[in-house]
Amino acid sequence: MSAPTAAQSPSAQALRDAFGAAIERVEVSCGDTIVYVSRERIHDVLAWLKETPTQDFDYLTDVTAVDYRDAERPLEVVWQLRSLARKADLRVKVRLDKDGPLDVPTCWDLWRGANWLEREVFDMFGVNFAGHPDMRRILMWETYQEGFPLRKDFPLRGHFSRAEQTRQALAVNPEAHYSLEELATADAYRNLPQDMRERLRRGERGGPE
Amino acid sequence: MGLIATPPDATVVSSTSPNWVTTRLDFLANWARTSSLWPMPFGTACCAIEFMASAGSRFDLSRFGMERMSFSPRQADVLICAGRLPFKLAPVIRRIWDQMPQPKWAISMGACASSGGIFDNYSMVQGIDTIIPVDVYVPGCPPRPEGLMYGILLLMKKIRGETFTDDRLRVEKLVGPDGLYLPPERVDELSEPFGNSVSQTRSS
Amino acid sequence: MSGTRQVEFTVGTPGLDAQGRPVVSPLGVALTDTGEFETAGHFDEMFGAEPMMVNIGPQHPATHGVLRLVVELEGETVKRCIPHIGYLHSGFEKLAEYRQYNQIIPLTDRTDYLAPMANNVCLALAVEKLMGLEVTERCQVLRVVACEMSRVIAHLVWLGTTGIDLGAYTPFLWAFQERERIYNLQEAWTGARLTTSVTRVGGMMADVPDGWDEALGRFCRSFPATLDEVDSMFTRNSIWCGRTQGVGALSAGEAINYSLSGPMLRASGVDYDVRKDRPYLGYETYDFDVPVGEHGDIYDRYLVRMEEMRQSVRILEQAVERLKKLRGAPVNVSDPRVILPPKSRAMSDMEAMIFHFKQVMEGVKPPAGEAYMGVENPKGELGYYFVSDGTAKPVRWRIRPPSFLNLAALPRLCEGALLSDVIAINASVDIVMGEIDR
Repeated sequence: MSAPTAAQSPSAQALRDAFGAAIERVEVSCGDTIVYVSRERIHDVLAWLKETPTQDFDYLTDVTAVDYRDAERPLEVVWQLRSLARKADLRVKVRLDKDGPLDVPTCWDLWRGANWLEREVFDMFGVNFAGHPDMRRILMWETYQEGFPLRKDFPLRGHFSRAEQTRQALAVNPEAHYSLEELATADAYRNLPQDMRERLRRGERGGPE
Repeated sequence: MGLIATPPDATVVSSTSPNWVTTRLDFLANWARTSSLWPMPFGTACCAIEFMASAGSRFDLSRFGMERMSFSPRQADVLICAGRLPFKLAPVIRRIWDQMPQPKWAISMGACASSGGIFDNYSMVQGIDTIIPVDVYVPGCPPRPEGLMYGILLLMKKIRGETFTDDRLRVEKLVGPDGLYLPPERVDELSEPFGNSVSQTRSS
Repeated sequence: MSGTRQVEFTVGTPGLDAQGRPVVSPLGVALTDTGEFETAGHFDEMFGAEPMMVNIGPQHPATHGVLRLVVELEGETVKRCIPHIGYLHSGFEKLAEYRQYNQIIPLTDRTDYLAPMANNVCLALAVEKLMGLEVTERCQVLRVVACEMSRVIAHLVWLGTTGIDLGAYTPFLWAFQERERIYNLQEAWTGARLTTSVTRVGGMMADVPDGWDEALGRFCRSFPATLDEVDSMFTRNSIWCGRTQGVGALSAGEAINYSLSGPMLRASGVDYDVRKDRPYLGYETYDFDVPVGEHGDIYDRYLVRMEEMRQSVRILEQAVERLKKLRGAPVNVSDPRVILPPKSRAMSDMEAMIFHFKQVMEGVKPPAGEAYMGVENPKGELGYYFVSDGTAKPVRWRIRPPSFLNLAALPRLCEGALLSDVIAINASVDIVMGEIDR
């Protein structure tokens, strides 16, 4: 519940002073301050929050996304930040229109903890984090065909029948990523040409079968 | 509801005709097998913790000769799938099962391994019997160690009833060319939602 | 015949060709001008030398669940270690969107199944934060008891399995025997050993039975003896020290940057404990210390966890005293929006009957909004982030799993380690796959 008298974190005002119109909205919900930022400036905002001595958000608590039941509402990517020394929390959000590209810059360069967190958001929601060193699925297998599970348009039991899901699951090679070239490819995925990425996505694998 | 299982064929198909000698040999072989069933603990989730508690001092699987956990499938007799099995793990359990040499049995420990449990969703196999043949199902979430031991004793009883003259017994049931171990209709039938899962379709 | 013959020959230095560069012999070894042998650059190409890839898991003896490590080895040294997770992905977050808030509580038992009560508490706290509810004092003490018991049993599993990984089997049996004592208490309270589902929004599933607090007091008195026994086995054991000291170390700054939490973070020297920094359940009124390590290696993590178990016993003893004083106090809030009214009233009073009906049929309905609640779980900071639209089922339930982030640092921890150290480091991270994969 957002009480009208609930205090905003002072970081919200500091952000407004520093970034002006890029800060779209500030809310307070259940005592937490939430700042909505435009997608273009999000990396600058996060870097500013981390590096400015008065803010000092050195700890990235979480990166996640929210897809609302109302199909009109945009998808939100959420960063939970924390300053250990100042004992302060802040929630930063970016709204992504579902019709447009679901693309945000990575914050892996700022916090190493973002690595797997962003991979999970990609896996579950399909949000791509530009500049991430290893943008692959993490919880579902690499060649998972059904889609992005936590989206609201994804049914609870998936799109395919159970037999089809079983067949696809059994067809996955449990030793994938076992070959050296596989590992190397994961690191260099960004630099691969498009058609090779397509072939990898379709399940083509080098190395021992 | 509506699961129609074909009743198991009561007659034993055998090329050797069973006689007194074969029953004595069966007795010996089955005694040896039940007295030291080496489990392959395919422990995934919470049931694995109860499995570990069964191996602990209070419940002690050692009195059944089962304290020697064989993590290598090549040396194991019974695969105990303790915990839920997501689709990502399905090829792994299939491979482990194929790597186990005959004679081998499988115990499905817990509700999730037996039928998918509370996880009737996109990522969970609705019962490992859609992937590998199962001999004993132990219900519970998680089953108490006593429950698991009862399941093990049931398996031992089943093994004691086996005879080497039964040709259909030690046959490997492999994954077919269509990529499935059971026919697709059977997989769908086994995976149908039941109980509370049936009404868990509305998100709000 | 006199005269001279012309003979042409070339004088060269052995190992160098006409241009003065080292000659590569078929063995790929060259003799340089300093008289040293060195392998030439294209030795690897000639003989196809590649680092060795070892696949550990997803089914393997280290009883940490279904984790797969692909390790790239150069001899015995790890060049790269890449964890693959997702083999226990159960769709918890998706399932929660189809359940009422109290129905999500059984799901939480199965995420971190080593400390189920602690997850139950976190969920109740998160929904209560969303609703702005304050629970009763006895409920708070009971929840503290639940959390600290969970801390003890989770650390005992860690202790037992780490011992097995490093070759010591006996403490596993001691640890599990102590766990059975706590399981007895959990079973007497909730009816279940492991999947407890002990909390409800606004209160608890049930109050503890009579004599339960005395039984807990007896456990608190007898448990430190087992810890002392394990201490005598490990802490000054030269094999243990040799395998754990200096292995898998991480500096404080890196630990913060990798978003580690719990004993992993504290062993690296960062004094951050959610119970002290953002107290909940009245933790600020309990007298306890938080152990902080120095070197961030496996040995420090071991010491931190051992000491945490002792501090948990300290908290439990204080909680037992409070439970005795609060005997008979109400456990649930008397808010009919969240707690069922007493049956006698529901049967006689119309309003109470309506509340009962709405709660059973529709469930607890928090107002629209969102809340993040972080608690100090045994593995680290567990966070539940709820987004509500005012209906009985959440729009989004996000589990911020401590083990997920702790495990993500594994490649960094294993850099330059030996293969057997990888097993030890993995054990020290103290992961539970149910939480990582959800």
